[in-house]
Amino acid sequence: MTHKGMSRRELLGAAIAPLFVSGLTREIAAADIPQHIQALIVEATGGVTPSRGKVKLTLPAIAESGNSVPLKLQVDSPMTAESYVRSIHIFSARNPRPVIARFHLGPQSGRAEVNTRIRLAGTQEVFALAIMSDASAWLGSTGVVVTAAACTDEKQEQQRNDPTPRT
Amino acid sequence: MANARIQVPASLSQGEVFEVRVLIRHPMETGLRHNDIGQLIPQNVIHLLTCRYNGVEVFRAELFPGVAANPYVSFFTTAVASGELEVSWTDDGGQTGTERASVMVLPRS
Repeated sequence: MTHKGMSRRELLGAAIAPLFVSGLTREIAAADIPQHIQALIVEATGGVTPSRGKVKLTLPAIAESGNSVPLKLQVDSPMTAESYVRSIHIFSARNPRPVIARFHLGPQSGRAEVNTRIRLAGTQEVFALAIMSDASAWLGSTGVVVTAAACTDEKQEQQRNDPTPRT
Repeated sequence: MANARIQVPASLSQGEVFEVRVLIRHPMETGLRHNDIGQLIPQNVIHLLTCRYNGVEVFRAELFPGVAANPYVSFFTTAVASGELEVSWTDDGGQTGTERASVMVLPRS
């Protein structure tokens, strides 16, 4: 469906493009990690600086509703007694509360993969931090465009939709 | 308030890594919403979810308001023996819930 000038697809593409540092992936540069997220990372790793890699975070590129966005988290690890993922932490750059979830695994997990559904308050980056049994830390992230955000203040939404004056 | 479903494969072979899928009915109230008369609805989310396999904890999740309502969580574990998976959870209101699923583990042929 094309309107005058840009089609909807082109408009959406233009909106997503700035989120991408490289044209091929949705990974962002270290410089793009917000300060409050950096603090949460340091707190979780006990000061160990995470490396990029091993963590694959899969979220839809575009979420129609921020109320329930499917998330898949996979960490490359043999999951043996000698080498396994101890914990995985999910952080949101823009939600009112940045910590979304923390998962604790062990060698008996067999595979470091977790699926869940999260809330996203608007278009943003989501970060996943994996901490290994040897205390090393790995970071992955991806961007999601959210067309209808969760966590918005209902009052603001009501005022937008209802023009009658409030007491 | 909460009902739950656990899905595990119908049969497993010894040592097989399998997925456990959990769905719990719970509003996961964020504490940021207001009721019709403008009062803040207090936060009440499931903040802890654990899975024990024949009594041994094999998975633990700390959940926060950023997890969607009616939380769905799936994870993996290894089929060590036949028995029972027990998923338990606690919410901010102190309510707890438990759901169990049997696992049948056959010796590897």
